[in-house]
Amino acid sequence: MTWDSGFALSLIPQLLAGLRITVEITVLGMLIALVVGLFVAVVRRSRIPVLSWLFGFYVQFVRGTPLLVQAYFAYFVLPDYGITFSPFLTGVIVIGINYSAYTAEVYRAGVEDVPAGQWEAATALSLPVPRTWVRIVLPQALRTSVPVLGNYLVQMFKDSAVLFAISVYELMGHVEAIGSDTYRYLEPVTIAAVLYLIVSLVASQLVRLLENRLALSR
Amino acid sequence: MSPDFWTFTAHLLWRGLQVTILVTVLGTVLALVTAFVAGLGRLSDHGPVRWIALAFIEVFRGTSLVAQLFFFFYALPAFGVRLAPMFAGVLAIGLNEGSYAAEIVRSAIGSRGVGQNEACVSLHMGKALRMRRVLIPQSIPAMLPPFGNVTVDLLKNSSLVSLVTVGDMTFQAQIVRNQFGNTTVVFAILLVIYFILSQLIALLSRWLERRFALDRDRRSAPEPRIRYAEATGGSR
Repeated sequence: MTWDSGFALSLIPQLLAGLRITVEITVLGMLIALVVGLFVAVVRRSRIPVLSWLFGFYVQFVRGTPLLVQAYFAYFVLPDYGITFSPFLTGVIVIGINYSAYTAEVYRAGVEDVPAGQWEAATALSLPVPRTWVRIVLPQALRTSVPVLGNYLVQMFKDSAVLFAISVYELMGHVEAIGSDTYRYLEPVTIAAVLYLIVSLVASQLVRLLENRLALSR
Repeated sequence: MSPDFWTFTAHLLWRGLQVTILVTVLGTVLALVTAFVAGLGRLSDHGPVRWIALAFIEVFRGTSLVAQLFFFFYALPAFGVRLAPMFAGVLAIGLNEGSYAAEIVRSAIGSRGVGQNEACVSLHMGKALRMRRVLIPQSIPAMLPPFGNVTVDLLKNSSLVSLVTVGDMTFQAQIVRNQFGNTTVVFAILLVIYFILSQLIALLSRWLERRFALDRDRRSAPEPRIRYAEATGGSR
């Protein structure tokens, strides 16, 4: 039993459909990660007594535990408390929350790169704190953050494969389904690997282009 | 929750913990070897060696770890290669994380000052000796913090071996869930254990960073400078 091209070709439409779901998860998950991560980073930086510490712990805890176990937790435990989402939605939320801990660190590094003089100047002009964030600090911080966030987007695209374990029908979910139906894994796994490789190589190149662009306009 | 539940859970999770640690340790060893082989391969003078190393790194970084795990466990038997689940798991995780670590090795060695390399050349050191005695030792401090991150990632990704029937902690937690349905407690304990393990790795990594910090070298630095002054007759 070795490579069967006819069989492999017949799988491509189904696997492309899986890839589509993978891309959807990545895009939606990244949106959550970008928003939640920004919120976490701003709260941590604002040094609000208990809250900033809690958010710091949140970042460390989420980064210190496996995505798979987090996914199981959301998928098996939350329904016991009457919270039920579809596997797809659960997956998007879990991976979004997971990556929010990483994006929070990226934003933090970006904010730390903004010179202290910028904050002091804003204070001297008695700009309100929210406006200092929105108009002064974040625009400068984001320029350094965007390429790193792009790399995390590519990483998330590959990591989303873990979600097949909570029966999300993304690319690996289809591979698993084909494999257990036909007892042939070689073709679906190989095609899936090639699809992951193509998308992530192209995406990494785009991120690199973006990085150069942002760096040049400094 | 009956005492039965607790003995059962404790017993299974303890067994699973040992497997998780084993997979993480073996995976780390394989990742380190892979990192240096592929990372130095990327810096080779021979074109084909560089291309093979690059292709290896891009393939393992560019495809999902789950896909690699499936390939080693489910697809290789098609070629008559049947790996034990544990072996397939360690192989996939070690090579995957190793390909990330290879880029760390490459960039750490690549970012040494050109002067170091030139000094070695003028002392007539061969490439291998240069690497072994000068460039690699100097690069270790720069490699340690990212290596620490890779090891934490490796621990977390070791949970994926449960998907190919290896009895690690995550796998055992699933068994407890199937037996008792006490999902909340089991998965909460599981998260806490993983968190503690990753904090331990982070601590160990920070200790190694301090141990190999460049500051330690700076203390012995004045000596050669004095010798230099003597050698040039104190003209500087």
